[in-house]
Amino acid sequence: MDLAEDDQVAAFRAEVRQWLAAHAPATPLPSVDTAEGFGLHRAWEAELAAARLSVVSWPEQYGGRGASLLDWLVFEEEYHAARGPVRVGQNGLFVLAPTLFAHGTPEQRSRILPKMATGEEVWAQAWSEPEVGSDLAAIRSRAARADGGWLLSGQKTWSSRAVWADRGFGLFRTATGDRRHDGLTYFLFSLRSPGVTVRPIAQLDGEAGFAEIFLDEVFVPDADVLGAPGDGWRIAMSSAGHERGLTLRSPGRFSAAAARLVELWQRAGDPADSALADRVADAWIGARAYQLRALETASQPGAGGFHGTGTPAPAPGRARLADSAAAGSGSGRTSLDRGVVGRGAAGGRPAADSSLGKVFWSELDLALHDTALELLGADAELAEGPDAGWLAGYLFALAGPIYAGTNEIQRTVIAERLLGMPR
Amino acid sequence: MSFVLAAEQLQFAEALHDQLAAADVPAVARQWAAGDRKRGQALWYSLAEAGVAALAVPQRWDGLGAHPADLVIACEELGHHAMPGPIAESLAAVPTLLAVLAGTDEPAADERIAGWLRQLAAGDLIATIAWPPLLPYAADAQLAGLVLVAGPDWVKLAEPGPGLRSVQAGRSLSIVTGKELLAHGAAAAIQQAFEFGVLAGAAQLLGAGRALLDCATAHAVQRTQFGSPIGSFQAVKHQLANVLIALEFGRPLLLAAAVALADDPAGAARDVSAAKVACTDAARLAARVALQVHGAIGYTAEHDLSLWLTLVRAVGPAWGSQRWHRARVLAALAGGS
Repeated sequence: MDLAEDDQVAAFRAEVRQWLAAHAPATPLPSVDTAEGFGLHRAWEAELAAARLSVVSWPEQYGGRGASLLDWLVFEEEYHAARGPVRVGQNGLFVLAPTLFAHGTPEQRSRILPKMATGEEVWAQAWSEPEVGSDLAAIRSRAARADGGWLLSGQKTWSSRAVWADRGFGLFRTATGDRRHDGLTYFLFSLRSPGVTVRPIAQLDGEAGFAEIFLDEVFVPDADVLGAPGDGWRIAMSSAGHERGLTLRSPGRFSAAAARLVELWQRAGDPADSALADRVADAWIGARAYQLRALETASQPGAGGFHGTGTPAPAPGRARLADSAAAGSGSGRTSLDRGVVGRGAAGGRPAADSSLGKVFWSELDLALHDTALELLGADAELAEGPDAGWLAGYLFALAGPIYAGTNEIQRTVIAERLLGMPR
Repeated sequence: MSFVLAAEQLQFAEALHDQLAAADVPAVARQWAAGDRKRGQALWYSLAEAGVAALAVPQRWDGLGAHPADLVIACEELGHHAMPGPIAESLAAVPTLLAVLAGTDEPAADERIAGWLRQLAAGDLIATIAWPPLLPYAADAQLAGLVLVAGPDWVKLAEPGPGLRSVQAGRSLSIVTGKELLAHGAAAAIQQAFEFGVLAGAAQLLGAGRALLDCATAHAVQRTQFGSPIGSFQAVKHQLANVLIALEFGRPLLLAAAVALADDPAGAARDVSAAKVACTDAARLAARVALQVHGAIGYTAEHDLSLWLTLVRAVGPAWGSQRWHRARVLAALAGGS
């Protein structure tokens, strides 16, 4: 058991670090949620892609390097340590792409992924609706059969990046049946098609980070159905772990923020304020725990190329806790007797496992930024200036416990699927 | 890099779990608390036969010289079953200290030390230690065959004062008086022993946290109110989920601390303290939630839950307070590690 980096990983880390030192913007780009900023972020994606660094974990044929999960974690660490720009294509890169690898056709992959890798096509998610948030299966937007395809109608909302993005993905109802999870279909559609209206929504920070999408008989060809019609719920859920887990919020992001928090503490902290010192230490410990758990996952057999070859199974060490508890349906004493038996991964475990990570990283992100703002004292209010990144980061972090499935939904999933609590 | 337990290590954990489950440790712990330590000492001896007491003893003194991760596995399982006794002291801190003091010279500098190491490995000797002010009391000194006290750079044989009762029934805490000087100029050995004691305590706490979650989930499925198992209520589910999250993210810190101790004991302070902070917090959360889920029945001394609730309260503050360990993490980070 060791945490030492081998030569290959160290060489990759050095390459990424050098490249970023030479290419990463010295000052932050304008906000990605402005027209100018969006364009500059898109251009940055192209620059990353030219160095084959935009999607290192993807197979080479789509613009990646077939990198292992470990290499990807290393890339992310370096990227965030270098304060690399927000990934404008993240909804496509981290949510849609894993779904395409798992359920897309070869034609869809080769048509969609290369353009996603360069930022030529930026994707927006279209899950929520005005009346549908946590209860996603209650979707009302629908798709009707048309010649050679479908006509999408309805309204989607809280669609990140949709104001300037090119294409969207989401679930639409194609049939009504006894079970509402049936009859949903996963569609890919152009945000520029006739019948699409996008209305920006100003976020808490005043910027148009998300939008409403109105669809009025928008034609989508059959080639842009992901998976089989009616199978959308299963497809969306099978890769939901990607949306809330490691790929969406990599450990590198929090390790970098924790390192900066410790620097801020050394610069601005009152050594006598042990309560605040405790919070700084806890935030760093949390970021380290998130990083280590990812390394544990990356050490699993089969964690090699993680895109295109499925999600690695959770570590046996972690499955143990959950199985132990799930086995404990007898009396207090006998639950212990069966404590560590049955370590095998049960169905649905990866998705439920990612729920643990989602609650953890979103709470950690808030704790990191809240602690930094506390350290800044009166300057914490400033929305401009050298330390304003903490405020922006805090406002961003506030959304974490809400999006990608609220933390309440995640806790329910954890209790039911990992701890065996009755519905 | 391979940050994952090997198959043999998982088997070791499972075998230990089976052995402890068969031994009915809660009953043993209750007899132990009532002053009858026969079954407890027999269990200690049979655990030693399984190798538990020899993990931190080098091979040259008939030990296993195991990786610190193996010690984590063992101590976690002992905490999982609420095994009584001076576990962090006798299985981790004292053998680590004596092993460094015994050195690598042939013959050993002090034949007595070599003898104690052999006895510890065989389960024939139970040892305890105090290191004031950080570790002011020697735990379970009354039943220990070897009681030590350490200072900044010296180690002495010690005589225990009267045993003060711990919150954990059957556990006692003694102020000790140093007698014969055993070693001086031993600051590095003492530091290393301390790190291993902290690691073992943290592992015990994580194991206890797991047991508390096991008991709480079992009860939540079984106990019916308002016509439904209480585990179907979101207020209960979400609290249990928080416990699982805390435990799941505590274990990697514990294993990283073990790796750090294997690689460089002198540079492991940051990782050892991080593990202790996270495992103590996780165990305390598990204790609070497990009690809340059990309701009044969990508040009774009669219910076995009390064994783990008091274990967490006893081992949590030993081996350095949360504030002390958090400060040490920050100090290590400021030092650039």
